[in-house]
Amino acid sequence: MRTNKKQYDRMVKGASPKSKVAKNCVWAFVVGGSFCVLGQILTEVYAEYMHFSLGDARQLASITLVGLSALLTAAGWYNRLARRAGAGTLVPITGFANAVVSPAIEFSTEGFVTGVASRMFVIAGPVIVYGTLASVAYGVILYVRARFGI
Amino acid sequence: MNYVWAFVVGGLICVAGQLLIDLTKLTPARILVIFVVSGVVLSAIGVWEKLVDFAGAGATVPILGFGHILAQGVEKAVAQSGFVGIFTGGMTACSGGVTASLMFALIASALTKSKSQS
Amino acid sequence: MYIKYKKPVAINCWASVAGKKEGEGPLADKFDETVADDYFGKDTWEKAETELQSRCIGHLLHKKVIDAQDIDVVLGGDLTNQITSTSFAMRNFARPFVGLYNACSTMAEALLMGACLVDGGFADNALCLASSHFCTAERQFRTPLDYGGKRTPTAQWTVTGCGSVLLESAGQNAFITSAQIGRVVDLGVTDANNMGAAMAPAAADTIKRFLQESGTKAQEYDVIYTGDLGKVGSILLWQLLEKEKIVLSNHTDCGNVIFGEKQNVQSGASGCGCGATVLAADILPKIMAGELNNILFVATGALLSPSTTMQGESIPCIAHLVNIKSKKEVQKK
Repeated sequence: MRTNKKQYDRMVKGASPKSKVAKNCVWAFVVGGSFCVLGQILTEVYAEYMHFSLGDARQLASITLVGLSALLTAAGWYNRLARRAGAGTLVPITGFANAVVSPAIEFSTEGFVTGVASRMFVIAGPVIVYGTLASVAYGVILYVRARFGI
Repeated sequence: MNYVWAFVVGGLICVAGQLLIDLTKLTPARILVIFVVSGVVLSAIGVWEKLVDFAGAGATVPILGFGHILAQGVEKAVAQSGFVGIFTGGMTACSGGVTASLMFALIASALTKSKSQS
Repeated sequence: MYIKYKKPVAINCWASVAGKKEGEGPLADKFDETVADDYFGKDTWEKAETELQSRCIGHLLHKKVIDAQDIDVVLGGDLTNQITSTSFAMRNFARPFVGLYNACSTMAEALLMGACLVDGGFADNALCLASSHFCTAERQFRTPLDYGGKRTPTAQWTVTGCGSVLLESAGQNAFITSAQIGRVVDLGVTDANNMGAAMAPAAADTIKRFLQESGTKAQEYDVIYTGDLGKVGSILLWQLLEKEKIVLSNHTDCGNVIFGEKQNVQSGASGCGCGATVLAADILPKIMAGELNNILFVATGALLSPSTTMQGESIPCIAHLVNIKSKKEVQKK
């Protein structure tokens, strides 16, 4: 063949349609923003009407959103929304929940221990691993500063 | 106004994620990792707490807020229990969301099966 | 490797079964059966694909009015790990079985190997089949079905469908006269969401070599069908062949005909079942009806696994080709 890898890479870039960035961003903005508004409403309900501390109210709002996402995922609606919303469904905490719930549902055919439980964090695991390790690194800095007064 | 700022700030954070998806070769899983680690860093330098005061859930609901919770947790734990707090702070603080996720996931997997998208 | 069969191998009978989305597309009324339930009445996606294959074989035997016991050999495969969908369908069928895997090029591979067995006199007939199922492919190669993700514009939609073809030593509807066994080609595409781009060089290589070795020109064929290059891969195939001084004016990709414009499948369809169902539902009936007399069926396969993709490897691909002619065309020579 007369085409080498370098030339082909250019041909592929030319032939492949680009993502519709503007449209995608509008969707992400509206859907992502809406999840945050819902979180805000929930936080205020928990704090003002049910008298939780602000910190607890925020935790409870997150937990409620996680539950909502699980419900939407189980009903098969979350991925329908995500097909348009992209990062609007990925970045909020609901996206994290969807990443945990969807493999659990998917691999239930492989059993509750070897399927559901072992595959549950196959997508969301990295977030917990690197998030926690980042907090450990921050903790070391805080500890050293407190201990040695730097 | 709380709702407006929650919407705008939360929406813009998602737009940042969308731009990373569309304009870079980063996969969604990598973007989430970058976001959560950024959340820890932004919280550590004090930026995120200010944004939370300003935008409320607009700053706590995105996965960056998850990083903020981890950072706050480790701050509190190191202040209270010193060295051990380095290890216990993050996980303790984020345990609510993680536990809720795995509990709902187990329930969902028992009640439904995977659905075709066609 | 170019194969010229000593005697044309006959295709008398074929069948296809497709899923819900395919049943809403342009070929809807051409399949022998479309099934609205993608689970096919089973409780796992893998069992569903096995059932899909069993039903397709059932239709073929019914049309041909022969017993399973009269089938000499079965050649086939699918996309699931260890091609279990096909092997498990064969568990009930209990005929001699050659399991094949060359990803989405499996149907052409089965046809050219089956034709060798029949032409060589080792078998009176050979049943060739290939299937894919959107859900088994998605959960194995990509993400869980309920995971929320946006499909990139170059992504292709795996067909839920099975096509089967019965090869015989004598017959009248259509004939395989020659074939080309493809080589593995890799021009460095690493994006597993752009399979068409990865596979186009393999198709170009096989078509070019076949035309050279058979001493024919692309224009001599009524249609040159490729398996599942989709929109992006088709454009790249034309460009690649243009550089080789081959003009492809009579090309159709099966991945561009099975779904309609409004079915939201980005760059088109893919999967073993894509080429196999279009062959059995559209191409062979047209040859029997005399609408087409001389075609090339070039099925392409991307030979990757989820592990190789994560390890950053580029995607090696292959294309196999069979030349199918009508009775009129065969008698002409």
